Amino acid sequence: MQCGLRRTLTALGLAAVPFAFPVEAMTIYVSNEKGNSITVIDGDSMEVTATIDVGNRPRGIALSKDHRFLYICASDDDHIEVLDTESLELVGTLPSGPDPELMIISPDGKRLYVANEDDNQVTVIDLESGTQLTEIPVGVEPEGMGVSPDGKTIVNTSETTNMAHFIDAETFQITGNVLVDQRPRFAEFTADGEEVWVSSEIGGTVSVIDAKTLEIKKKISFSVPGLQPEAIQPVGVRILKDRSKAFVALGPANRVAIIDAQSYEVEDYVLVGQRVWQLALSPDEKQLFSSNGVSNDISLIDVKRGKARKSIPTGSYPWGIAIKP
Amino acid sequence: MFSRFFVTAGLILATLAVPLGTASAAEGFDVPIVFLSRAEEPRLPLSFIDPVVEDPGVWGARLAIKDNQTTGSFLGHRYELIEDVVSAEADIAAAFAEHAAAGRHIFIADLRRDDLLTLARLPESAGSLIFNGRIGDDDLRVETCFPQVFHTALSRAMRADALLQFLVWKKWTDVFLLAGSTEEDKAYAAALRRSIKKFGADLVAEESYAYDPIARRTDSGHIQVQRQMPLATQGAGDDYDVLLAVDENEIFGEYLPYNTYAPRPVAGTHGLVPTSWHRVQEQWGSTQFQRRFTKIAGRWMEERDYGAWLAIRAVGEAVTRTGSPDTGVLRDYLRGPDFALSGFKGLGLSFRPWNQQMRQPVLLVNKRVLVSVSPQPGFLHQRTTLDSLGYDQPETDCALE
Repeated sequence: MQCGLRRTLTALGLAAVPFAFPVEAMTIYVSNEKGNSITVIDGDSMEVTATIDVGNRPRGIALSKDHRFLYICASDDDHIEVLDTESLELVGTLPSGPDPELMIISPDGKRLYVANEDDNQVTVIDLESGTQLTEIPVGVEPEGMGVSPDGKTIVNTSETTNMAHFIDAETFQITGNVLVDQRPRFAEFTADGEEVWVSSEIGGTVSVIDAKTLEIKKKISFSVPGLQPEAIQPVGVRILKDRSKAFVALGPANRVAIIDAQSYEVEDYVLVGQRVWQLALSPDEKQLFSSNGVSNDISLIDVKRGKARKSIPTGSYPWGIAIKP
Repeated sequence: MFSRFFVTAGLILATLAVPLGTASAAEGFDVPIVFLSRAEEPRLPLSFIDPVVEDPGVWGARLAIKDNQTTGSFLGHRYELIEDVVSAEADIAAAFAEHAAAGRHIFIADLRRDDLLTLARLPESAGSLIFNGRIGDDDLRVETCFPQVFHTALSRAMRADALLQFLVWKKWTDVFLLAGSTEEDKAYAAALRRSIKKFGADLVAEESYAYDPIARRTDSGHIQVQRQMPLATQGAGDDYDVLLAVDENEIFGEYLPYNTYAPRPVAGTHGLVPTSWHRVQEQWGSTQFQRRFTKIAGRWMEERDYGAWLAIRAVGEAVTRTGSPDTGVLRDYLRGPDFALSGFKGLGLSFRPWNQQMRQPVLLVNKRVLVSVSPQPGFLHQRTTLDSLGYDQPETDCALE
């Protein structure tokens, strides 16, 4: 292990890491669905510093709370791989159940909740022991995973059942089901825990759900002049902590929508790369990154100005993004 | 009859916290769906690596009912699939009447044309919903439409348009049409001629395949094939881009690629094939869908399975959104602008209200990989690009309301 660590650092020419970069320099990790790899990008220079071969069809990725490990859904290998973010080596796997796609870590960092598309279940993994705690039956083709900031509620979306399932994180019982538009793909809690935003890819909308009453407060629609409505397929969602703005990746519309998260009005559409899947915010929320599946790059959007600033090439079919502070 | 059970989905959601599997839900209702088919001899494909498809259609229905049941378990909607495969001699009208008498009004008709028409013309079928997931006859979309009949199968015109859009996009516009002599082949050839005209391609030659069927399993059969196919395709010389082969009944089409007189690609029922569904399709999240199907059926999903799946999922979607099992309510919703079904082809699927044909993208496959999906870029339409495939509203006499 130690040996591997040293070798990798030297090979990358990063042996002097603590001196070469400011302490707060972030690192961006991108999963490449077809490239079967993770692209590592230095957040200062925005240059690719490493490409790591991982399992088959990596999609959803998430960092542990201490940023030590990157968890990777290797969809076609039916497990989750664990990448050491220092040594950049795979150090283990977790038992996710078949075809894991998206996952989320509990706020206390102890649990991993994984959507298993193939068997209509949400798998709960204890990260300390690396074992499965339980499997929760949900609707057909579970996909999006969200967890409330207090850790008490898990939300899963099922793509064919078209629901957001609210699950009690203690009893693992479903406490409510909210019907949303066709093919819900992503669930994101607001930082205050009051709302859950659920994107519907085929329905072309984002449903804003009141996390207490489970009522849909607002259904946000999108319209881009010159684009057929069918091309607007919302997937990834990110919301600023102060709930001022939200961002929605619009798939083959090749745009990210910027939304006033108070009035729910769409303010702008930012042109990014082709087939935009997922989004990630930098820790200071000044930068937003989008993974562009068809154009093999990620776009950097200036949050304050609402403009795309840069494209950074990745591997083949970039899908998930995670950022280490 | 179901009105006293009518509860909106929203009300259920607001008032019920339904754990999966325990939704006995007194507020709920039953949704029986009949899969009606007739026993037939299986079709033998010319290629030995193509399996003889066992029980086409019904496995799609079985998968869809499972999908519906999962959703229904959260809402108190109890779906049931009643499978009825009548014998070759049985009276289909009598079978229908029995189901109707038992209070079953939603039918997946995995039937041939004459049986489908028999059902559609029964006076007692008027208030029911009949889904055709199998027959592509264009006259059922253009002249002979029925208010209770919905089509989830592709029409031949949609297939032909999907293929011709691709050929035009490729600029392979000079085509040679070689069609078999069955009624089905004549109908497909007619659909192709219409598409050729519609998209401005050129029909440079046309011939009918007039040879006897070649036995599927013979010793040294390839020698005859190698001699006959060049003869059958010699008429057009090499003055064309693509050979359009029409052989819906697997008599000769499979033998055409590499045996044509001129070195030309083959498309149509063989070679590059427009289809509603095929195993090679894994885009738009269909990996899980294909796997779920193979797991329960033990084989690949065929078009008839997909047609039945679409039909039952369409019913499920309408029941979920309206909170009603009433066929009148469901029919209105299915025909309406709010209905959209995710069919794993990247776009929401809906019904054309004038003839109740499901709008859907058409896959172009070569049996090994997905080659393309139509509508092709640049073929626009005022309503939706999906309406560039098949008969558009002004082109039909059907005006269902």
